[in-house]
This record gives sequence, C-alpha cells and structure tokens, in this order.
Amino acid sequence: MLRIFHGTKYDFIKPWRIAVGLTVAFIAIGLVYLGIHGINRSIEFTGGTLMQLEFTQPPNVADIRTTVDAAGYPNSEIQQFGGSREFTVRAAGHAAVNGAAVENTATQIQAALERKFGATNLKVVRTEIVGPRVGEELTRNAIIAILLSLVVTMIYLAIRFEWRFGVAAVIATGHDLLSTLAFLAIMRLEVSLTVIAALLTVIGYSLNDTIIIFDRVREDLKKNRTDSLYVVLNKSINETLPRSVLTHVTVAAATLSLLLFAGEVIRPFSWIMLFGIVTGTFSSIYVAGPVLLWIERKWPRARADKNLASRAAAMDASRSEPRAPVASTR
Amino acid sequence: MSNLKYRLAIIVALVLLSVYALYPRDVKTRQRRADGTFYDTTTRRVPLRKGLDLSGGMHLALDVDESKGVVANKSEAIDRALKVVRTRIEGLGVSETVIQKAGNDRILIDIPGIDNRERAIKIAQDQAFLEFQITDKTKGLERSLPRLDAIARERGIGQSASTVATTSAPSAGLSGLLTGTDTSAAAAAKADSAKSDSTSIPSITGGAISKRILAGQMPGQFLYDIADQELLKSFFADSAVLAALPPGKVVKFGSDSTLIQNKTYRFLYLLDARPIITGEYLTDAKPNSSPLEGTIVEFQLNNEGGRRFQRETGRHVGDYMAIVLDDIVMGYPPVINSAIGTRGQITMGQGRDLQSAQDLSLVLKAGALPVPLKVAEVRNIGPSLGRDSINNAFKAGAIALALIIVIMLVFYRFSGFLAIAGLGLYVLYTLATLAAFDAVLTLPGLAGFVLSIGIAVDANVLIFERIREELDRGKTVRTAIDEGFFHARSAIVDSNVTTILTAAVLYQYGSGPVKGFAVTLIAGIVASMITSMFVVRTFFLLWLNRSRGPQTLSI
Repeated sequence: MLRIFHGTKYDFIKPWRIAVGLTVAFIAIGLVYLGIHGINRSIEFTGGTLMQLEFTQPPNVADIRTTVDAAGYPNSEIQQFGGSREFTVRAAGHAAVNGAAVENTATQIQAALERKFGATNLKVVRTEIVGPRVGEELTRNAIIAILLSLVVTMIYLAIRFEWRFGVAAVIATGHDLLSTLAFLAIMRLEVSLTVIAALLTVIGYSLNDTIIIFDRVREDLKKNRTDSLYVVLNKSINETLPRSVLTHVTVAAATLSLLLFAGEVIRPFSWIMLFGIVTGTFSSIYVAGPVLLWIERKWPRARADKNLASRAAAMDASRSEPRAPVASTR
Repeated sequence: MSNLKYRLAIIVALVLLSVYALYPRDVKTRQRRADGTFYDTTTRRVPLRKGLDLSGGMHLALDVDESKGVVANKSEAIDRALKVVRTRIEGLGVSETVIQKAGNDRILIDIPGIDNRERAIKIAQDQAFLEFQITDKTKGLERSLPRLDAIARERGIGQSASTVATTSAPSAGLSGLLTGTDTSAAAAAKADSAKSDSTSIPSITGGAISKRILAGQMPGQFLYDIADQELLKSFFADSAVLAALPPGKVVKFGSDSTLIQNKTYRFLYLLDARPIITGEYLTDAKPNSSPLEGTIVEFQLNNEGGRRFQRETGRHVGDYMAIVLDDIVMGYPPVINSAIGTRGQITMGQGRDLQSAQDLSLVLKAGALPVPLKVAEVRNIGPSLGRDSINNAFKAGAIALALIIVIMLVFYRFSGFLAIAGLGLYVLYTLATLAAFDAVLTLPGLAGFVLSIGIAVDANVLIFERIREELDRGKTVRTAIDEGFFHARSAIVDSNVTTILTAAVLYQYGSGPVKGFAVTLIAGIVASMITSMFVVRTFFLLWLNRSRGPQTLSI
C-alpha cells in the first residue's frame, strides 16, 4: 500500500516559538496593509452601482472612463473583469445626478456608453444597485455571524470535550480569521458576501482540522495516562498526519479547480479557501497546540496527580531545554 | 447477514427516494402572450431551483420611504404593501417569482428572467394612488398670486431668471390669457386691493410666480413654460406656499405638455383637496385604445364606489374632473356632462404606448400601495452570464471530481474504489436533499458543493487511516474495519457538527446567494456523514461477506 508520512515522530511542537513569530509577523504586515489601504469592500457593503459590461470588441479603457466621467459619475472605478472584452464600472455614491433616485445611475451610465460605443456593441450582463442602509446591515450581520459562529462552536466543544479544548480551538480559529484578513489585505481582494461565506467556511474547515487532532489527543490521553500533554499532543499530530496531508490535498484539488475554472465571480472565494487550507493546517498544530499546553500549565486539570506535574514540567522543559521532549517521545 | 440486508435495504430506499426527489416533473408556469394576456404551460425538468445569479433575472429590495413623512406602523404597512406588490408582480406573468417580507420594513422580490429593469421597478414601486378631484372654479390661484409673489420675493426665487421669463412670455395675448379669459378675475384682483397691481399687469412688473403662470382653457387649469418646471415644483412644495393657497385647495402638476408658438408648456392645476372618489373602489382596469384619445385605461368601480361616484358627479355637472394618479393629473381633465356610474376611463398622457397602459391597469387593479416604497437594492443578472457561471462551475466540479478520484484510487486502491462509489451516492443524496427542501442553487452554492466533494472524502480518509493503523497493530481484517469505523466516528461527528453550526449561523445572517451556499454546505455535510459512516461501511461488510474472511485488505 502507498503510505505517506506513516509512523513519523516529528517533534511538531518544539519550534512553536518560531512558528508563532512567523505568523505574528505575517498578521502584523497584513494589519499594516490594512491600516494603509483599508478594506477593499464590495458594492454590497459600500452601496452604489456596479455594472458588468461585455463588449463585442476589446474597447479602449480610457474611452470608457471618459464616457462615464462625462455622464456625471467621475471617480468611478473601471476594471477589467476576466477577458479583455469584459469590464466592470463601479460608480460611487448613492444618489444619481440631479438628485434622482439611486436606480437611475445605471440607466444614465448605460445610455452614455451606448451613445459612445453603439448599442449593439456592448451588453450590460449584470447590474447591482445597493442603497446605503443595506450595506450597514450587511456589515453588522457579517460581524455578528462570525462572532456567533465562534461562540457556538466554543460551547459545543466545551460540552463534547472540555473547556480547555474549546478555548484552544477557538483561539486557533481566531488566529485564522486574523491571518486570512491579513491575506485579504495583502492580496487586495474585494470583501464581498461570498468572501464572508468563504471566511466562515475557513473557520469551519480549520476547526475541523483542530478537532480531528484534539479527538486523537482525547483518546490518547485516556490510553497513556502517564505521558505529558506535550508528548501526547506530538504523538497525536504525528498519528493524524497521513490523514491531514491527504485531506488537505483533496480539498486543495477542489479549491484549485474552482480557482482556475469556475470563473471570475468565484475567484476571491477560491483564494480565501486556498489560503484557509494553509492557515487552518498551520493553526491546528502551532496555535491550538501551544495554547492548549499553556492553558494546561496555567489551570491544571482537577484530577491533579503526578501527571500534572510532569505535564507542566514538560512544557517548561520545552521552553528551557528544547531537546528534552524529543527524548520523551519514545 | 440479516443486519447487512437491512443496511442494503436502507441504502436502496435512500437511492430510490433521491431519484424520486430528482425525477423530472411537470412544472406549471404562466407565460405572457404578446398581447398581454396569460396562458399556463407545463414544462418538464429536474426540480432544482436555480438562483437568480444562475438563471438570470432581477432581485429587488424595497424599503419604506420615510422621506415624505414618518410611517407609524411600518411592519403592518409593509404587510399590506406586500399583498399589493405580490398581486402586481404576479400579474406580470413571470413564473417562480419570490416575493417576501424581510425584517420589519423591507420587501424582497425575485423575478427570474426579466430583462427590463426600469419597468419592473416602476411596477413594484408605483404608489398607484388614484383620486378624482374637481378643478377649482373660484379663481383661487389668481387670488393667491400676490401672496405667492411676495413669498417668492422673500425667498429670492426667480429674480435672476426674470429676463428669461419676460422673453418666454413674448406676446400680450398669451399673458392676457390670465386675466382676459374672465373679467371676474380682474374683479377678484381688485378685491385684493393692496397688491392688485401684480395680477392686473402680470407680464413685466409682476412677481416671479405670476409672471410664470398663464391661465388655461378651463377653470383651475394653468400653463407654464417647461423651463420653469424645477422652479415651480420646488416652489409649490414649500409649506409657506401651501399655507398661502386658499383653504381646501391643492396645486397639482399635469402629465401632458402643449406647444404654443413653438414653446413647450406644461399644465398645472388648482384642485379641490377633497377627492370625490379614490381608487380603493376600483374592481377592474384594462388597457384600450380609442382613435380620439389614444391609449386609455378603462376601469370599473364596485357598487358602493359606483353609487358614490354617481352622487358626486351628479352634483358637479358642468365641472371639470381631474384624474390624479400619484399626485400627477393624468391627461386632460374631462368635463362632467351627467352623473357617471360604475365605469370610467383614464386617458394616458401623450406618447404612452399600450404597454404603459397595461402596466397602469395592472397597478390600478392591485390597488394603491399603503406606504411609499424606495429602492434599497437591485441586482440584475443577464441570462448569458448565468449560463456561463453554470458551465464554469460544472467544469470546475468535473475536474475536482476527477482529481479526487485519482487521488483516492492511488492511495487506497480497492478501498478507494469503495469510497468513490460512496462519493457517487453522496452527490446524488446532496442534490436530492436540495430538491426535497426546495433549496435554491446559487453560484456560491455550486462552489460550496464542489468544495464539499473535497471535504466529503475527509471522513473516508479518516476511517481508512484508522483501519490501516489497526491493521498495523496486527488485528484481523474484519476487526480492523470495525475498529476503524468505530474510532473514527467521534472525530467525524464532532468536526462535522461544528461545520454545520457555522453554516447554520451563515444561513441565519446571510442573504440571497450566501443563504444558498449555507444550505448546500449543510446538505453536503449531512450526506457526507451518511455515506462515509453508513454506506461505505455497508460496502465493506458486503465485501467481507463475499470473500469469506479475507486475510488482506487492499487499502
């Protein structure tokens, strides 16, 4: 049989400081980006008008720009969308020219473009008009959704496992949120509702990964009562390694197909998912693990026996003397 | 053995149920003929609903418009508005429209396949408040002009444009219309002695307003230069101006324009504020065209409305009756020759085609909106874009599936094959669940489905890896399989339940396409748990039975 990463005994937890350092640096860079550029929010959140145009011939972008400007919507964003014949026009603001109703913006821009390029040479394939209130509601709902999903999973894990595991898993997921946000900022991806959905899927996926490792830890803790948590954690990660690799490969295969073939609309979603696989895997090992160890040391479990001392000692050993735990993993 | 039979029976039953849920069936749809009438037709198709982003169409969100006054009980008003909007939109004859209330003050409308954005918005949003009002016979506006001019002077309105105004009233004959049509106007002006000069010599020395308004051909009708439209509209919206009008009278603008000496003029009316009847008594309306008046809408009132209409028109014989739709006087007010019963007609303005008459009949029949609505969100997707999205999603899905099949076969050989067979059932179950719950397939939903295929094999991978571990410990094939499934269960359940919880939150707080995504995700996860833990296990049991205690397992 074809096996990969079988019977490994890597000490995953040992370099956790380096790993945490790297991820903190990445998040910091992302947040700096965020501070400079702000979040690139989609029309759903900002309000305004978005039109997707399909031309029969590749048009001159400058012509589109001047036409839209002349129609009374300067500072509109004009972007190529997919092929060279497709463009999006995004007009800011909620009111059309002359204080007319918001829904007239698209009509006016379309009329201007048809005058310039000829009505038969372009087609408006998509129009989105969003009033200001809708955007506010969506932003609020998106934030509630993300926070609520974290709370709900924490409660579930606290019931099924133990509060330590719940807290560690949620902190790992919180990390994924932050690093995905950093990724968003660095890639300048547009945050739309679909991207929020991807973000929540990343939360689910990363939790999934953490839970599978924690499930093994739960099992191994029952079996090997004398081993320190540090040892058990490392052992569990190694035992689940083949599964992790294979699952990530299949999910990455699906995500890559989406990224490459599913078209422009889904692309930001695919990017987030692809990054989510990476950060989810990373955080299951390097965030959830160390946090669990840290909680264990800070609030040792009630059935305090000598295990506890050895567990805490192992954590300390890993801090002061990095090689010690390797010896203890059989 | 009997256990195995039950298992197989359940799987077959699930497959049959799925096939039943997905079996193409006849769907009744209403279609609209070119002449505006409807007919029902049946088409045969798989009962999976496509979202607007896949089918093309329009999504519209309407909010209560409070810019013209606060609405007291929004939720209740929206409920009533919803009924009206539903009747109107369904009258369009597009099949599978979705019209629902969202929150307390919003109406969501999904119309698949519609291509005319402005028309749909107009039909949904038009208030359609119909009133019949008698034009003023008491020279009310003429008497108020001095006061109106004074207000205009105070506000500094129209001072800079005075030269334009004088040139726009070129002949004494035209401005003479104001005082010349009836000598009693002069008498009325004299009664208003202090400021009578402004009405008697209106063309040059008159105030900003009286310079711009000319008397029309019937009492209460006036003309103005179309260039002054914005100025007059904002002027007559002023509360001080409204207070200066005679009590019980209102100013309303007309729909039509007229050409006098190569200049376009529009109409303005002073009307009795109390309508003799409103559109609430209307039972039917249909478009028609007459050689004299062009496009018209004929309407019929119910008995109570008819009695009232007869009584009121009987009292106003010889007067002119303005038909006011959403504060606009439609066409040219007709004179009342005798009492009118339950039937009447509205003359559409100039240049209106039959479709606008059809739309007006539709809107009138459905009744007036109890509250004004404003557009909060419009999403309009062309049918070609939807088709492209479906094709792309299918391509991505097929490639993802092929990759996953190769990976599973390479790593797990025979067991991988069993997993793939399970995956086939997974796809069937998921689609069937979506059809059974009448869920809407959206583009993010399709992406979520493709993704869920990748995630669905995770459960199999977990189980297979566990079986490998058990085999490594020297267990027999049968025990290893049992233990593998048993030990992997808690991990599978816990990880999937958390994902379902996240998806449920997404469903609760998401909207439109994102809701579709959440539903697909949940259906996918449930199907994945069933196939990996039950179906694939049964396949293993079947294989164990067939090969009578095998020594090795291809995994």
